[in-house]
Amino acid sequence: MAELSKQNEPVDATPSVSEVDVADAHTEAEAVAAIEAPVERGEPILQVRGLVKHFPLTQGILFKRQIGAVKAVDGISFDLHQGETLGIVGESGCGKSTVAKLLMNLERATAGEIFYKGQDITKLSGRALKAVRRNIQMVFQDPYTSLNPRMTVGDIIGEPFEIHPEVAPKGDRRRKVQDLLDVVGLNPEYINRYPHQFSGGQRQRIGIARGLALNPEIIICDEPVSALDVSVQAQVINLMEKLQDEFNLSYLFIAHDLSIVRHISDRVGVMYLGKMAEIGTDQQIYDHPTHPYTQALLSAVPVPDPDAREGRERIILTGDVPSPANPPSGCRFRTRCWKAQDQCAEEVPLLAIPERFQGEDTPAAHESACHFAEEKDVVHAA
Amino acid sequence: MPEKTAVDSQNSKVADTPVPATVEPETGNGTGKARSLWSDAWHDLRRSPLFLASSLLIVMLVTMAVFPSLFADGSPTEADLANNYLKPPNWSHIMQPDWFGYDIQGRSVWTRMVYGARASILVGVLVTLIVTAVGSVLGMLAGYFGGIWDTLLSRLTDIFFGIPFLLGAMVILTTFDKRTVWVVILAISFLGWTTIARVARGAVISVKQADYVVAAKALGASTSRILLRHILPNALAPIIVVATISLGGYIGAEATLSFLGVGLSEPVVSWGVDVSRGFQSIRNAPYVLIMPSVLVSITVLSFLMFGDAVRNALDPKLR
Amino acid sequence: MTLIDEAPMSPYQGDDPDSGEPLLEVRDLHVEFHTRDGVAKAVNGVNYSVKAGETLAVLGESGSGKSVTAQAIMGILDMPPGRITKGEILFRGQDMLKMSDEERRKLRGARIAMIFQDALSSLNPVYSVGYQLGEMFRVHLGLSKKDAKAKAIEMMDRVKIPAAAARVNDYPHQFSGGMRQRIMIAMALSLEPDLIIADEPTTALDVTVQAQVMDLLAELQREYHMGLMLITHDLGVVADVADKIAVMYAGRIVERAPVHELYKRPAHPYTKGLLDSIPRLDQKGQELYAIKGLPPNLTRIPSGCAFNPRCPMAQDICRTDIPALQPVTERDGGELVGRGSACHFWKETIHG
Repeated sequence: MAELSKQNEPVDATPSVSEVDVADAHTEAEAVAAIEAPVERGEPILQVRGLVKHFPLTQGILFKRQIGAVKAVDGISFDLHQGETLGIVGESGCGKSTVAKLLMNLERATAGEIFYKGQDITKLSGRALKAVRRNIQMVFQDPYTSLNPRMTVGDIIGEPFEIHPEVAPKGDRRRKVQDLLDVVGLNPEYINRYPHQFSGGQRQRIGIARGLALNPEIIICDEPVSALDVSVQAQVINLMEKLQDEFNLSYLFIAHDLSIVRHISDRVGVMYLGKMAEIGTDQQIYDHPTHPYTQALLSAVPVPDPDAREGRERIILTGDVPSPANPPSGCRFRTRCWKAQDQCAEEVPLLAIPERFQGEDTPAAHESACHFAEEKDVVHAA
Repeated sequence: MPEKTAVDSQNSKVADTPVPATVEPETGNGTGKARSLWSDAWHDLRRSPLFLASSLLIVMLVTMAVFPSLFADGSPTEADLANNYLKPPNWSHIMQPDWFGYDIQGRSVWTRMVYGARASILVGVLVTLIVTAVGSVLGMLAGYFGGIWDTLLSRLTDIFFGIPFLLGAMVILTTFDKRTVWVVILAISFLGWTTIARVARGAVISVKQADYVVAAKALGASTSRILLRHILPNALAPIIVVATISLGGYIGAEATLSFLGVGLSEPVVSWGVDVSRGFQSIRNAPYVLIMPSVLVSITVLSFLMFGDAVRNALDPKLR
Repeated sequence: MTLIDEAPMSPYQGDDPDSGEPLLEVRDLHVEFHTRDGVAKAVNGVNYSVKAGETLAVLGESGSGKSVTAQAIMGILDMPPGRITKGEILFRGQDMLKMSDEERRKLRGARIAMIFQDALSSLNPVYSVGYQLGEMFRVHLGLSKKDAKAKAIEMMDRVKIPAAAARVNDYPHQFSGGMRQRIMIAMALSLEPDLIIADEPTTALDVTVQAQVMDLLAELQREYHMGLMLITHDLGVVADVADKIAVMYAGRIVERAPVHELYKRPAHPYTKGLLDSIPRLDQKGQELYAIKGLPPNLTRIPSGCAFNPRCPMAQDICRTDIPALQPVTERDGGELVGRGSACHFWKETIHG
């Protein structure tokens, strides 16, 4: 229980970075040492605090001036623990893919911190950043565009070794690449073939092999199966779970398919318009959601069971997701929420355990950013 | 791996069993060999009649430029006014000096055509090389880094596009007293690089957004690695297509400028010079004008056809 | 092949005796594509029918031929490289493949309409949505510009686009994805067709919007008593709206059944595999069931049953004989209305 309450501190309000501690690693060498140090299973390996990314909207040809900003990510905090899978769900435009890019340091955060083993990676550069890059890898959504069509599979999977030559000596690389192909279930003899000679599922395996090459600790998966055929999705999910056990990986699993996220995740965060609406264990989110958006999302998912369609209570939201360039005041969800009151327009709800559930030992006591959070079991309503 | 589970055995099956069709990668031909996109394009090219015809012509023209003596006897500057003044062609003397007759100074039209190939092909090939090198490097840098470099390049190309080609070339060339092949090459290159730069910029911008470039960045790849290993090979196809197609245009441009008297001039042997000369005797001996003009057209056309065939083979949308 | 030829005597004939003639009937349709890698056999003898007021879901993965069949019905197949080598497409008893282009054009839009996955590329960006909606009325019904616009607003109201009168002059890019899909639906419905073919209508939409659009489509279908053919790969969407289902694999229908039956007792190993691979609550932490292998290459479809290299029940006969779509019965031989399976071992699959 002590463990739980520590997790459940309202991270939005008080950015508390615990455990490994910021360690005041001023020199690059110290930072690298901190990054190389192992983390106990279950301890936080990645801590995100108040992460913000605004994309400026500009006008003009020669002299660009800013006329606004797309608030893709607007203050997000969460922890990723060693060895766990954190699922992030949300609809298009909620900022989940931007979070992935920020964590990969592919975009510069507008504000906020990302601590990897206590080091703020948004401020790292040089050798320390390279060390972080080695340890955080990514699997992309579209297996057709994420592999360079002019490179052989061997070159694609071997590229990480060329960029980080310290990981594998030169003579060893070909064998390593073949090992990786074997690990992801492809014939090692395919090493000289080109991506277009493979099907979507096989390409995604190649992408996973590339992600594994440097023995990373964290893999960020941005919709890794949504471009694949239904019958192939399960194969890839199984492979990813197998690899997690085998290589002791932590996954940040971003997807819009709620049933797959539930299957693979230990904890789940629900995002809406650049903010985290609710976060908790998979059971807390799916069986005891307290945020109306989560409830609507869960109830809208088509259930592959025709017998459920009559009895099921469905919350059909009206309207569309507002533009992230001009989000509603207060609670972002209030324009589509059936519970919205004046308070929702004025006050931004904090991501915290709702007052009414505080101190209670119920699964509903998890972080939810709603003024009127209440439990509603939508999945089992029928 | 403690538990050898269902998926495990499946995966190893996918990897090991040789026969079933599902195991093969999606190669069409079933041989399952490594097939790069370039080799696929080459495979297509070899079957294209357009490519075969144009490359045959181009090989002939290039041989002519390098070893003119294989095609014609005598010298292009050898003049025999007394015997050969505007002597009409003798069509049956194939590849003989009098095949296409003699010009106003008693020089063999055929021999001059053969020796003129060198200047024209040299201009075409060198201009293309210079323009492609300069244009793609600048276009690539502007496209990749964007920002102020991109703005500068875009405005610069806009300015160049505003200059009418012929007028620009005439202004540049008339400032030189002695107009050698090199001067003409530089003048045409100076005006021509912007086309390739634009194409390269566009290609690079579309390639740099691809996920595999993002993936390389995420791995921590250096900028030069990203540019050389990922962006250039994928942006090359449109550049090659435009370059081959414009090669014919540069040859035509040389001929045009020489015809107008601002390009090459005697004693340099070139098609443009011949056409310009032949114009003087168009009434008495039209063949002196027509023969080199036809050769210029055939040359330009073969390079256009060649470029077209290359485009068909490289354009992934047609697959 | 000969087995498939008997397919017009499919189990569908004579099911549901109380309803009338089928609106649309596809008989033994074959479509192939000539590609640089050879002939891709996209559709290999498909039979199905849709009645008024009925929703048929055609379920399949990419390359199963589900969309190609729909394109052949609509007459929008790219020919060449595509070619219809065999078969009939009957609309109210008349073979559309034998009609003149003019006759088919009149059917299209007016009697049969189609909704596509990507609404943005299906709408013309340079005309306002009101103009494009009104075009249907101007061209097919000869209404004046003003009347057509009034009709367009009415249709936009019907598909519940808020403030229709104010937005009628907006352009497609000014609408969100869900709203654009509504406009597509409005266009498809504008001439009150008898049949709507919806090709992955909600795949590009977000879950919460998807639910709105599917609800709307189902409501309008009931109201107009149309036939709806829903082409999708999503087992969840199918369970929500379909009456009967045809499962396609490698250009053939491998199983057909009323929706409840199919989910309860699949009679083909492919269907069974698909249903088993859906993550379920009680399987948390375990491995998902996965169909092994990959979908076949259409230029080299395996001999016999196309599913045999991936099938856990495959025997020698599966590698040599193409199974016909045969009626599925209860264990005691009792009739199961509207059910069929193209598997040599359907009995073992459904009862064993």
